[in-house]
Amino acid sequence: MKYYSYFPGCCMYEDSQAYDLSARAVSKLLDIELIELEDWNCCGSTPYTVVDELSAFCCCARNLALAEKRGLDLVAACSDCYLILSRTNQHFKEYPEVKKKLSESLAAGGLEYNGTIKVRHILDVFANDVSSEDIKATVKVDLGSLKVAPYYGCQAVRPTPNFDDPEYPESMDRMVVSIGAQVVPYPLKTRCCGGSLILSEQDVALGLIYKLLDNAISNGADCIVTVCPFCHLNLDAYQSVVNKKYKTNFNIPILFFTQLMGMAFGIESKALGLRENIVPIGKTLARYITQQ
Amino acid sequence: MEIKVHGSNDFIQEISSMPGGEKINLCIQCGTCSASCPNANKMDYTPRALIAMARAGMRDEVLSSNSMWLCLSCYMCTVRCPRGIVPTYIMHALENLAMRHHATSPKTRTPTLYKVFSNTVYNVGHIPRFGCMGRFYLRVNPFGALKNIPVALSLFKHGRMPINMRRKLKPEALSQFKAILDKATMLEEHPK
Repeated sequence: MKYYSYFPGCCMYEDSQAYDLSARAVSKLLDIELIELEDWNCCGSTPYTVVDELSAFCCCARNLALAEKRGLDLVAACSDCYLILSRTNQHFKEYPEVKKKLSESLAAGGLEYNGTIKVRHILDVFANDVSSEDIKATVKVDLGSLKVAPYYGCQAVRPTPNFDDPEYPESMDRMVVSIGAQVVPYPLKTRCCGGSLILSEQDVALGLIYKLLDNAISNGADCIVTVCPFCHLNLDAYQSVVNKKYKTNFNIPILFFTQLMGMAFGIESKALGLRENIVPIGKTLARYITQQ
Repeated sequence: MEIKVHGSNDFIQEISSMPGGEKINLCIQCGTCSASCPNANKMDYTPRALIAMARAGMRDEVLSSNSMWLCLSCYMCTVRCPRGIVPTYIMHALENLAMRHHATSPKTRTPTLYKVFSNTVYNVGHIPRFGCMGRFYLRVNPFGALKNIPVALSLFKHGRMPINMRRKLKPEALSQFKAILDKATMLEEHPK
């Protein structure tokens, strides 16, 4: 059994419960225990860093300080949480001035941080801490003819290539092969989905989502798998808006990579939160889904 | 090779003093950042041009532009920059400065979104999507919200937009969180 501190992030309690559910369900079968960090707070995400950088780092520093009490690696499933927690860690180590201010602020809340916690992305954990043999041995459902486009987005692999190449990552590709499906190569696998601009600059974001969907579909994908709640939300919930704007007929299911792993492991659909997926997953994927 | 700035340029000093902004003088204006940016074609000035303008001391033009507000923080420019600059951090620094000096571009709603977001984080330590989106649309564009009703309904139908918060920070955790943030604000406003 491997143990980790787990930072779910706000999305897991809001729009992406399916990611949280499926990640926990899959980890149980792979002998991984994700221990949720107690009393965690929002990571601040990119918007807070822009409004007030030091406060944003403080949001993360509190979480890192709480994690340090237990001493395990801190695993984030959301790419944005992962990035901003890692960035705080990095700035804490590289800039003495930042370290001083963060330590003083933490002290005001009776906490301290010594910089000993390693922040990991959940893709990194599943792809690198578990052997592909163990994954293959857990597979129960044959995904043989399913063509999967792995979509990494931006912040899981950039700016610091901690566990994979920043432009041509392959850890999820290998995972898709290990669970028995086929990988669809397509050039835009690390291009941005538009992120939070979907709210403030919708037309700009829709253009980026259109390109991604078009690129994955024209290369023959049956479904797209993601590692981030924001990517998932943009590609899934806004697919119908893209269709309207660009007069397209996209109808491609978007899954969290943990949902696809769960399907291959024969975990029943409820435990993977499949009802949350907005683009119907029935047609393409029905035969792989285990019902209770 | 570091490009020397002649005379005084307070603006460049200001940017350089922020974490990640100190490498701005290493830029060789190759334009790799602009070529890698998914949104460069929608910006008033591309990332490369923005850096050139900042170094020329064109403070008002830079801070009132929409460029940095279109940055997606996708870090493609950053992994490709041959000089090891982090243009994304420079964009963040410019957003910080524009916000601090109330110089944000009227052409973009992104600053309002970010403010609503960070106020919510401060107040509850967590982001409830429904409340956050609602407040944002009410502030910038109540009619724009109508256009997004179908998306909101589909999220709601699939259990992805809870109206009540599913998780609340314990009162003692929230007050600890606020004490830390208040101290940070104090340190920023009254540096020793």
